[in-house]
Amino acid sequence: MWAYVVRRLAYSLVTVLGVLFLLFVLFFLVTNPDDIARKAVGEKAPPQALEQWKKNHGYDKPRFWNREQPTDSMLVDHFRRMLTFEFGNSDADDTPIWRRLRSGAGPSLSLSLPLFTLGLLLTISLGLLVAFFRETYIDRMGVILCVLAMSVSTVLYIIGGQYLIARVLRWFPISGFDPSPAVIGRFLAVPVLVGLLSNVGDSVRFYRAVFVEESSRDYVRTARAKGCGEARILSHHVLRNSLVPILTQVVVAIPQLVMGSILLESFFGIPGLGSITFDAINANDFATLRTMVYLGSLLFILGQILTDVSYTLVDPRVRLE
Amino acid sequence: MSTPAAPSTCESAETVLDVRDLVTSFPGPNRRIAVVDGVDLTISRGETLALVGESGCGKSLTALSILRLVPKPGRIDRGTVRLGGRDLRALPVAELRRVRGHEISMIFQEPMTSLNPVVTVGKQVIEAIRLHERVSSALARRRALALFEQVGIPDPASRLDAFPHQLSGGMKQRVMIAMALAARPSVLIADEPTTALDVTIQGQILDLLREVRDLLGTAILLITHDLGIVNELADRVAVMYAGRLVEVGMRTDILSAPRHPYTQGLLRSMPARARRGERLTEIAGVVPPPGQWPTGCRFAPRCTRAFDPCARIDPGPTRLSANHTAWCHAVAREEGSPPAGGAPA
Amino acid sequence: MEPYLLSNAVVVALLAGLGAALVSAGRSRVWRDAGRELVRRRPIALAILLAYVAIGLLDSLAWVSGSSGGAMPGGDTVSLHKPRSAIDRLFPDDSYREKSYSAPLAEREFLGGAPLRHPGRHLLGTDILGRDVLYQTLKGARVALLVGGFTTLIVIPLALLFGVVAGYFGGRVDDVIFFLISTLASMPGLLLLIALIMVLGRGPVQVCVALGVTGWVGFARVVRGETLKLRELDYVHAARALGASDARIVLRHIVPNLMHLVVITFVLTFSGLVLSEAVLSWLGIGIDGSWGRMIDQARDELSRDPIIWWNLVSASFALFGLILAVNLLGDAVRDILDPRTLRERA
Repeated sequence: MWAYVVRRLAYSLVTVLGVLFLLFVLFFLVTNPDDIARKAVGEKAPPQALEQWKKNHGYDKPRFWNREQPTDSMLVDHFRRMLTFEFGNSDADDTPIWRRLRSGAGPSLSLSLPLFTLGLLLTISLGLLVAFFRETYIDRMGVILCVLAMSVSTVLYIIGGQYLIARVLRWFPISGFDPSPAVIGRFLAVPVLVGLLSNVGDSVRFYRAVFVEESSRDYVRTARAKGCGEARILSHHVLRNSLVPILTQVVVAIPQLVMGSILLESFFGIPGLGSITFDAINANDFATLRTMVYLGSLLFILGQILTDVSYTLVDPRVRLE
Repeated sequence: MSTPAAPSTCESAETVLDVRDLVTSFPGPNRRIAVVDGVDLTISRGETLALVGESGCGKSLTALSILRLVPKPGRIDRGTVRLGGRDLRALPVAELRRVRGHEISMIFQEPMTSLNPVVTVGKQVIEAIRLHERVSSALARRRALALFEQVGIPDPASRLDAFPHQLSGGMKQRVMIAMALAARPSVLIADEPTTALDVTIQGQILDLLREVRDLLGTAILLITHDLGIVNELADRVAVMYAGRLVEVGMRTDILSAPRHPYTQGLLRSMPARARRGERLTEIAGVVPPPGQWPTGCRFAPRCTRAFDPCARIDPGPTRLSANHTAWCHAVAREEGSPPAGGAPA
Repeated sequence: MEPYLLSNAVVVALLAGLGAALVSAGRSRVWRDAGRELVRRRPIALAILLAYVAIGLLDSLAWVSGSSGGAMPGGDTVSLHKPRSAIDRLFPDDSYREKSYSAPLAEREFLGGAPLRHPGRHLLGTDILGRDVLYQTLKGARVALLVGGFTTLIVIPLALLFGVVAGYFGGRVDDVIFFLISTLASMPGLLLLIALIMVLGRGPVQVCVALGVTGWVGFARVVRGETLKLRELDYVHAARALGASDARIVLRHIVPNLMHLVVITFVLTFSGLVLSEAVLSWLGIGIDGSWGRMIDQARDELSRDPIIWWNLVSASFALFGLILAVNLLGDAVRDILDPRTLRERA
């Protein structure tokens, strides 16, 4: 199996290079460095200030090929720095990007980890429940509720959740963040709740479909003929066989948990990586945005490899060669 | 054909399973279609009854209906299924679960897909034991090991921890049989147990089933379309066509002296009976699809001996001897009784 | 041509194209039966969707009126010659605006209580700039249709092209295209979307292009998979043995068998695209005039006391209604066009 992992890593490296090239095209070819400089320094800045800014941020070099020093072009620079995780400074306020990443990772995880685990438990349980009652009223009501829930925009869940819980009921603060363990729960309650609600419709429907599909298989018929009850069939037979499609959706998201949710963090004032991305949008901070997309891709690719490995843990028929 | 089965039990032996007027229907384009249309079966202790017919005649669904395993949207509309006095149809689900796997077991046609692929076969057999008896897992494992030996799985100890995909088709079917026998049922329903297996393995599985019958005294309801298997194992035979029984009798009667035109046609068309250079005989026509059955006798359109009442009146049973019944107007006429039957079309 | 008129032309062209597709599909019995089944199963959702489409269409038919009917106080003469759509004409012209907020059907302004210019005529009230909320909500339909329809127009041909070529020709071509697909797919959707819009600019066309570029990859993968399967079918082998050119095989045998996937994907991605636009508006980079933008502008008003709710609620329900109708239809379409049931009915 390790041979497989090594091969995947090698292929992933090629994909990463592809991603970096795409980013280069987007951020260095399509955008005009003069525009970026002007936005950062100011519209009325003198040309020397613009040039100086561009020099500081590496935008003054030739794009592909430098005749004097072949390795000193934007292209090479971009690849070299990204691959060595040398992200430099933000285009907006010149702070080192790494520092912001370090400070943001914690808050992001403090929201995304509980949201992820609670969400998984909740949606799988509900999916099993609805599958248990399939073709009955409970099932039909459940599916209708799911479609209704899916059709509401996340944006509306955020507004509505915040309004109802924080303003009307006043159970929790409206926004903000305090990492001290005593009070951190109060600040995370509403975002977690809102995050759960906005995903529950889609996920429960998906899991229900998977469980119902598995329930029609021959081995379930055998289990029933053995005298297995429906509850045991779902929890022991169906769930275990449904793990492959479930893992496909779930494991790939795990490494990206650290990136945080842009919507939730920006709205609820949680200073995580999602918030940083949001700020980067507003400030036209291309350097930070570039870094975020790159990191997101890396984590996604990692997630895919982990997913494949996870299959071997749950399905004895899968052998990675 | 090879060695005949052990001497058949006679009707006065204890009846273990008694099915009366079983009707199972599925929704059709306009109304529900009774795919099993009024079937009666009885099996005595230790007896092997073969339920024979072509694909689509309803024999598998009859078997599933006995254990109430009919897949939705199918539904059992009518009938009683008495097992040792209790009507299985009237049982609450919790009690039915105690019957399944314990008093009546079932093995299926496709061993490839009938076992849970992510659980070891040993654990699946152990589950069959522990669903019905309170035993420790260690004891259950020992019993599973013994079962594996009984069904002839070589190197049983290591096979207990094997996964289904690591076993051959014949091996998987042996596991299924072990699982079915784990809680010592009095009736085993075998739905085409050898159809999906290689010919060489078929013989081994049939031998195993024979051992089960002889050594354990289990009654077997054998669903098959293969008359060769019928000859190997059955004590009594029931022939089905288009959802209904057409002839029931002892193995020798049915195989050597069938009375119903359909049974006769089946036997004539067996390739083994043909002589070299002869054309294979066949039954003219095709089986009508469910819901498009003709009025009166369902075989009438293909029958060489059909006459006036056949297209109008369903033939009722004509008792030919203590153990031999046929549903056919021509047979009734031969016996001298008036054409018995249901209401005219 | 002015962007406004151009987008009108796009909407009309989209709907005309859709109409033509429906007509040509109507010639085949399978599609006709599928259509009838859809109407039978989801008449309400279909009616709701048609209502939205009608509003969007009406809003796209704009013309300049002959004579204005007298000078308006405070209006400038240029606006008299601006094309106004059928929806625009349901409301009196720009002086329909109030100064600021007013509650639905109110007679007086919300803040201060001064009498309104058009008391009792604003069915859903007015927003902070005094614009009629019902008017804005109706106009949002056109934007939603544009986002969904125009973007899907980008997504589907791209995905079909790359997917079919990759699946049919295999080998090196497949490797290259598959590499492109997996590279794009590795980039987290929302982030890539944001990056694209930041880079391309924040206009409506750019937003649609960005949505399209991020959206075609999933469908392309599905198309590629299906093409791989279709390529091995017996009648494709037969056609090749008879000497049919690749182009002919692809156009006559492969693509028509992908149509059911196209329809399902079209409906399913439509709602996803509209919802994505709402998120983009929330982040400040959406399209002007969309319901998402209305919601974004209204979000702070819930904290006022007394609260101002009507513009938020109106846009929310409009958005919800469209998405729900499309989701319901999408489910029904997917069930009806499931290859298993298609084969049974044929």
